[in-house]
Amino acid sequence: MLYSVRFWGGLRGVINAMLVVYMLAPLAVILIISFSSAMFLTFPPPGFSLQYYEKMFSNPTWTRAILTSVKIMVPTAIIATVLGTAAALALSRMQSRWALVIRGILMAPLIIPVIITAAAIFGVFRIWGLYGSLPGLIIAHVILTLPFVMSTVSANLMVFDNRLEDAAANCGAPPFTAFRRITLPLIAPSVLSGMLFAMVISFDELVVSLFLSTPTVRPVTVQMWSNIKGDTDPTIAAIATVLFLFSLLALLIDGLARHKSGRAPGL
Amino acid sequence: MLLRNRAFWLVLPAVLLIGICFLYPVTWLLQRSVSEPVWGFQNYQTIFGRSIYLGVLWNTISIAGTTTTLCALFGFPVAYSMVHSKPLLRRVLIFVVLIPFWTSILVRSFAWLVILQGGGIINDLLIGIGLIVEPLELVYNRFGVLLGMVQVLLPFMIFPLYSVMARIDESYFKAAMNLGANPIRAFLRVYLPLCLPGLLTGAMLVFIISLGYFITPALLGGRGDIMIAQLIFDRIDEFGDWPLASALAIVLLVGTGLLFVTVNVLLKLRGRGV
Repeated sequence: MLYSVRFWGGLRGVINAMLVVYMLAPLAVILIISFSSAMFLTFPPPGFSLQYYEKMFSNPTWTRAILTSVKIMVPTAIIATVLGTAAALALSRMQSRWALVIRGILMAPLIIPVIITAAAIFGVFRIWGLYGSLPGLIIAHVILTLPFVMSTVSANLMVFDNRLEDAAANCGAPPFTAFRRITLPLIAPSVLSGMLFAMVISFDELVVSLFLSTPTVRPVTVQMWSNIKGDTDPTIAAIATVLFLFSLLALLIDGLARHKSGRAPGL
Repeated sequence: MLLRNRAFWLVLPAVLLIGICFLYPVTWLLQRSVSEPVWGFQNYQTIFGRSIYLGVLWNTISIAGTTTTLCALFGFPVAYSMVHSKPLLRRVLIFVVLIPFWTSILVRSFAWLVILQGGGIINDLLIGIGLIVEPLELVYNRFGVLLGMVQVLLPFMIFPLYSVMARIDESYFKAAMNLGANPIRAFLRVYLPLCLPGLLTGAMLVFIISLGYFITPALLGGRGDIMIAQLIFDRIDEFGDWPLASALAIVLLVGTGLLFVTVNVLLKLRGRGV
């Protein structure tokens, strides 16, 4: 049996199937239940209905929470993308030992457990009066997403030939023109990936938001958290589906961009 | 000279932001463990002297350890299968692993709740076909936590393993078989040692990330069975007990740091052929 090709092929098939079920079944269940016509969480649903989506969009608690999340996500993605890309560009041109130190500092939020970041930012932001405010949440989210943007763009810059930009400069292009016309178009796919990651991470973020938010400024994940901890309101299935489709869309756009630029799919 | 350097001005905003709004708060948090209520190590004495806190530390290590083992046991065959699949199937498998990776942990934990609860899908099904009478306790215990955590952390095991396995020359394995080793022996003596760097990296990532895990255990775990991150949250949220929370944060940081250094030294030693 151990020498049979069919046995190993069959085993691989079983493993693949187990992986697909384990990874996707929970998400599929949520997706199906969100269209249920039942008044409570039951599976399989007795019929199709959009009642939970209607409830979600007619309940001010949820619409306000979604709006808050968007108000945090958009500035976060823009700031993190600009700062992260600028930092990656600067570091790719630095030769000294400082480059390593600076990269370490900027990557720190990714390495330190998020619960510690959350507690620390909460403690200090309360003193600075940023607790429970949109700017406070945006700053915190930028800190969490900047390392993602920077490492994505950095990976792209490693295969970018600096001489291209130097050539443009030698031909008389001012630094910013050389950047805009030569460098930016070439690294654009990775900048887009970085921005998409920043958007998804910000929209899905819970731990730091949990510390920083108040009943008046409350992103959708924090609202979900408090509902799940209480009695499970089936409306959450609809919201979870929206969150899931948002991530899926970002992943697909990223996949397309990677496919076009010939980069491997990855984290 | 520094001020005229373009790179310096480009990186400055990011460094200032991380420095002021991240490094300073973290330092502020960490110093409170030794400076409050009075200077000294009293907070650490509390953590290492009381059985409730020791219990939480042990829970954390044992949940992280079990999660790592399960990820390795399941991730290894999955990575192997990915490497040996046709390109199209491989793309599909990678995508399948990446979808949950990019989905909110909150959404996934909620999905597990719907499936595993007392009145959830699995219990309904089993009672419906008459296999059980009373609903099984599948969630709010260790089982639920592990099921949820392995699903979230599996990619961190699969991708390092995958990248190592993709570079392994299969002819070593075939040579061992031709020389008379049976498949199991050839696997244990030839293939597994070649995978070790990937396995070690994956295990370190999974273990370190699970040590600081908060959302999944908080939603799927039992009330008495909490991990260190939940304890930090509770100390601050319910009691405003910053000094103790800060000491717990140090314990978590030092633990992860030591582990990270140890594994990297091990990998370097291996790389040099020791």
